[in-house]
Amino acid sequence: MSGLILPRRRLIARAGGLVAAAGALPLLSGCDAINEAPAVRKILSMGEVMHQHSQRALTDRDALAREFTRADLSPVFRSNGTKLPSGGDYAAHAATGFADWRIQVTGLVAHPLSLSMAEIRAMPQRTQITRQDCVEGWSAIGQWTGPQLSRILAAAGLRDNARYIVFRCADRIGDALYYESCDLVDALHPQTIMAWALNDAVLPIANGAPLRLRIERQLGYKHAKYVNAIEAVASLDAIGAGKGGYWEDRIDYEWYAGI
Amino acid sequence: MDEIAALASPPTKRVYRHRMPTRIWHWVNAVTLLILLMSGLMIFNAHPRLYWGQYGANADHAWFAIGSTPQTGFVRIGRARIETTGVLGRWTDARGVEQTWAFPGWATIPTSYSLADGRRWHLFFAWVLSVALTLYMLWALFGGHLAKDLHIRRGEWSLRHIWRDIKDHARLRFPRGEAAARYNILQKFSYIGVIFILLPLMILTGLTMSPGFNATAPWLLDLFGGRQSARSVHFIAASALVLFFLVHIVMVLLAGPVNEVRSMITGWFRLPPERNAAP
Repeated sequence: MSGLILPRRRLIARAGGLVAAAGALPLLSGCDAINEAPAVRKILSMGEVMHQHSQRALTDRDALAREFTRADLSPVFRSNGTKLPSGGDYAAHAATGFADWRIQVTGLVAHPLSLSMAEIRAMPQRTQITRQDCVEGWSAIGQWTGPQLSRILAAAGLRDNARYIVFRCADRIGDALYYESCDLVDALHPQTIMAWALNDAVLPIANGAPLRLRIERQLGYKHAKYVNAIEAVASLDAIGAGKGGYWEDRIDYEWYAGI
Repeated sequence: MDEIAALASPPTKRVYRHRMPTRIWHWVNAVTLLILLMSGLMIFNAHPRLYWGQYGANADHAWFAIGSTPQTGFVRIGRARIETTGVLGRWTDARGVEQTWAFPGWATIPTSYSLADGRRWHLFFAWVLSVALTLYMLWALFGGHLAKDLHIRRGEWSLRHIWRDIKDHARLRFPRGEAAARYNILQKFSYIGVIFILLPLMILTGLTMSPGFNATAPWLLDLFGGRQSARSVHFIAASALVLFFLVHIVMVLLAGPVNEVRSMITGWFRLPPERNAAP
């Protein structure tokens, strides 16, 4: 059996190698050169702008993401990205069940806040069963509970010149802390909540304990985990590399992740 | 003498076969679909598993998967597993390095793994496809293309007629003379299928995968039975388009590639002379 399979496998591998070597190689490197050209990247990035504007034009500000029933819950809610933030600080918080974790609400607000997890849980809560779509292609359905971000922002009092909300996180990937941002349309959306519970249990560390953003009309990387600061800003230019998020800065993920 | 006369005398008749919008749309589509396919394979590489239903992640049952073992690459459809080492799941890149991404670098845009770049190409050219298809459909409908060239006439619906066309294709007996100026029934089926079924299906299932567009048009989730079902249908319809492309190329090669390609550039097609005209 293996005697039959091995030569064929070698044959296929060789054929594949030949295809790659003969003629295809210069063509492919040509394709990659086109992909790297700044003018091409600029034109291609127009797609994101067109998606954002067309979706904003077609969709009501408050149009809801589909909500599901308990029967639709994923048997296992997959976690992705950071599963355990590194560093002693986070470990110490985890050891005490995040009793001393605080969320700073700063920037262009009338009353900067410093909220404890107890205060977050004491606010009016929203529970929703929604689907998370990872940019990679998989989806999972989970039930989330937490206060609406709009309530937290209302308590802090957004100033008129606030345009974006930035979420700062406790997990470091490589050389920088994770962060994300969104505009006010998504920040004030009724399903945008700061979730501390998943499927009726306290949020697991792998899914962003003690507090994470749920921004249901966008892809998974926008749903910042391990949030410890919420900041209202007028511009994203001075934050990180200026593209509005950790992956946006590093590998050009779209900032508008509704598609 | 007779032979020379026969070669020289019957002047090949030229007909204006493809109007300008068809020609422009055809070539825009050829480039667009190739870019969409290759960047789509890059996106697929980020999670090479397909599911049915509303959700689907690694822990859930995938009806289709491309993967690798320490030595081999494989494709799994349901319970059937096919070894694909060297092509899918485990292959050697241009520098001779073994890789375990699902689709090899020569099939993807860009050639090395970048989900962000694959999405950028895919989502830009999705606009090109959608706008071009919409304009072409409107022109086909109101410009007479649909009624004149693609409309399936009453006589053509008969099983006997369809069966005869299948047999003719199988024997590689292609229409000659005036008949070659018109689309035959299998051509009509495939062109209508691509323009009015497969391409719209690609666009709709693509939109169904957008969490933002789900809030705009939740009925799409119901139509396709969930985001992961839509992702599966997107992949299956793309495979059908690849199949169409392969058959299309074979037919062009068999029917006379120079004449066929020229007619899709200039519009003018030389009718192959009738069989009974030849000695």
